[in-house]
Amino acid sequence: MSESAHAHPNYVKIWAILLGLLIVSLIGPEIGHAFDAPWIIVVTAFGIAVVKAYMVCADFMHLRFEKKIVWFLLLASLIVISAVFFFGVASDVIKTTGQNWEDCVANKTCTVEQRIIVTPHTYAEVSAAHDAQTHSGQ
Amino acid sequence: MSMQGPIATGRCATGIPSARLAVWWLLASEVFIFGGLIAVFLLYKFNGAPGMEDASLTVTWAGALNTFVLLTSSLTIVLAHDAAEHGDGHKAFKFTWITIAGGLIFMCVKAFEYYSKISHGVGFTTNIFWSFYFTMTGLHALHVMGGMIIMGLVSFDVRKGRNLQRTELVGLYWHFVDIVWIFLFPMLYIANF
Repeated sequence: MSESAHAHPNYVKIWAILLGLLIVSLIGPEIGHAFDAPWIIVVTAFGIAVVKAYMVCADFMHLRFEKKIVWFLLLASLIVISAVFFFGVASDVIKTTGQNWEDCVANKTCTVEQRIIVTPHTYAEVSAAHDAQTHSGQ
Repeated sequence: MSMQGPIATGRCATGIPSARLAVWWLLASEVFIFGGLIAVFLLYKFNGAPGMEDASLTVTWAGALNTFVLLTSSLTIVLAHDAAEHGDGHKAFKFTWITIAGGLIFMCVKAFEYYSKISHGVGFTTNIFWSFYFTMTGLHALHVMGGMIIMGLVSFDVRKGRNLQRTELVGLYWHFVDIVWIFLFPMLYIANF
């Protein structure tokens, strides 16, 4: 096989480190809650996830020994998807109003319970609400 | 015609065997599938979308147990790969089936979680968090099942000492499934803020 030329990492040691990181990622958010510090939660939950993913990629998937083209393939995917979702979706997620809709909960003009009451659920209710709105506008 | 197998599997213009390069391509496309879901979830979460606080209602110990199981199964499949590299098909077969057992434990824990939520009336349409929860974990569970089936199919040839390189290929896929879970775990279970 192709990797026979390189020395393999100690897989059991990598696994033990990954389990250690799992424990840290469980304890970290508890500390974050105790001190009311969301940044500790973000760092210990997501930061450690990135480290764990890197270790699995590098050592278990042998990406450390893989040709550069594979790094290019994976990093290009990550960069493209980040760009697509930042420019294509972030603006929609952040917006609270649109041409035919309004997220009143996000706007803080209503509660979740009120939105459930005022939001039509069935097609008949939606069309009735739409008709009412159209006629009132005429 | 010789019995060496398809010519394509022997070509390696990039210096990487075609079959392995194909798996990397597959994984790059999977980055788009799960990356899209993860990116949108995080955008909603950091934007403070109502319902996202329901992450505190998931069973943390079950998520942690599943993380342990998948990390361990990643170890066993890489040990299977190592055995295959040394030409030991029987050992590779054994480690592959330990990995499949790990996948089965993962699915049992996931089934328990789904049952406990659905029996309490929590479902796909409850709110945005649960929509993401069931979509992402469901899609991931399908990948776990797919991986188990492929590993099972590959293992019998490997036991006979044939196509040993396939252990590495299914291993790459399985590690990716593990990596996806590594990100789903903090998002859905422990990052409650």
